[in-house]
Amino acid sequence: MARIIVVTSGKGGVGKTTTSAAIAMGLAKKGFKTAVIDFDVGLRNLDLILGCERRVVYDFVNVINEEATLNQALIKDKRCNQLFILPASQTRDKDALTKEGVGRILEELSKTFKYIVCDSPAGIERGANLAMYYADDAFVVTNPEVASVRDSDRMLGILSSKSKRAENGEEPIKEYLLLSRYDPKRVKLGEMLSVEDVQDILSLHLLGVIPESKSVLNASNSGVPVILDETSDAGQSYLDIVDRYLGEDKPHRFVDEEKKGLFGRLFRSK
Amino acid sequence: MPSDPQTTSLNSPAFEFKSGVVTIPVLKLFSTDITAITQQLHEKIKQAPDFFTNSALLIDLQGVAKQEPNLALLVDAIRNAGMFPIGVRGATKEQQKIANELMLPGLSAYSSSKPQIVTKKETRLTSVAEQPEKTATTDIETTIITQPIRSGQRIYAKGDLIIIAQVSAGAEIMAEGNIHVYATLRGRVLAGVQGNENARIFCSDLQAELVSIAGNYRISEDITDPERNKPVQIYLNKQAIIIQTL
Repeated sequence: MARIIVVTSGKGGVGKTTTSAAIAMGLAKKGFKTAVIDFDVGLRNLDLILGCERRVVYDFVNVINEEATLNQALIKDKRCNQLFILPASQTRDKDALTKEGVGRILEELSKTFKYIVCDSPAGIERGANLAMYYADDAFVVTNPEVASVRDSDRMLGILSSKSKRAENGEEPIKEYLLLSRYDPKRVKLGEMLSVEDVQDILSLHLLGVIPESKSVLNASNSGVPVILDETSDAGQSYLDIVDRYLGEDKPHRFVDEEKKGLFGRLFRSK
Repeated sequence: MPSDPQTTSLNSPAFEFKSGVVTIPVLKLFSTDITAITQQLHEKIKQAPDFFTNSALLIDLQGVAKQEPNLALLVDAIRNAGMFPIGVRGATKEQQKIANELMLPGLSAYSSSKPQIVTKKETRLTSVAEQPEKTATTDIETTIITQPIRSGQRIYAKGDLIIIAQVSAGAEIMAEGNIHVYATLRGRVLAGVQGNENARIFCSDLQAELVSIAGNYRISEDITDPERNKPVQIYLNKQAIIIQTL
């Protein structure tokens, strides 16, 4: 049986797709056969982040409507043969998704895959609801600012009440907090919520802190998941997150401001 | 049975009236056939003689109210079986009259046939009785929640509401009775929503957006700093919300 992970947030622009791509690639790199599904029908982005936009033939909605088989629509990643991408349809909207259709696809994927990562769209409407409905684990991506934190809180409420697990009275979805675009310098200046502040409001298990980093934008633009840029802080942070998710006990990094030595202060490269 | 305990109040009391709860077996009748009842009664008693012999017994007539059972014969049968009938319940007026003649008081049944004379004394006694007796008999529904209440969630409890997790900003919790939150309270909290002015709110860290008791409310802006982030109880005093740190 596969483990279904939903990457969600409520608010837009916090890094859901970046996280989905990174996590999926990270799990695949560990040797687990992983599928990543773009639920953002009509606003397809995941294919760009993963650099497979030129190989999309069939999409998620085609498979739901049985116009294509799952195997026809899945795109195999060129860098890692354990990673498969199911892109969203750009010409439809979220109404094209049905609960039964999504359930059928996830069930079929579960037979051969170890992890299925669902990249949720922003909002709390149909797309987001269906992305989380069948989930076993939820990665809640939050930026250290009040609006994002409140939206995440709202999303957590939906996760605990409207998922399949909640409806069937099963063990609830495991929820993890991913704090993205974190800047310790601005936290120190009081311009940004700290890890503690966010933890205090959400009281959620912290899976990792992803620092605000130029490497994320570069990675997105070039279609390479940032986790493959192992020299970057964001890439390392995602590597840690995957390890922690798989049960490794790793100390949190990038939470405090980096102490720069004399040379660092003289040559501020970054 | 003296009907007025007040007369002894000047002297040192020779007794006091207490209200107590006793569990006694109830004989619920489904038939008025005395022979069948007698036979089955003996069979039952044989199974556990220690339990039944000399035991008090309440006769429940509700199931046979329309069939006019012969109470005198029934009482004889029960006495012969070695048990003491001490009262009836669920009796019709006529049945109750006969029961009274047999020295059997009517005890309050849970439905129908209004109790009379004898039960009037009963009601007086219960009004003398202490509060706990009452609460033991009324239905108080308590809702206990152990999961955090997230933004956008609404909780409504018919009785008391106890939450052993945080209540997030943007959440709304309501109860007809008291509300306890054993964690940070950030959302809107409304106790006594059906008008119970005695309802109270308790929380271990007050950061609420709004607190309300029986329709009287205070918004976050009006919660002063000494009350904020503290364990408090909130109650109503002459239509005013009082927040008291604990």
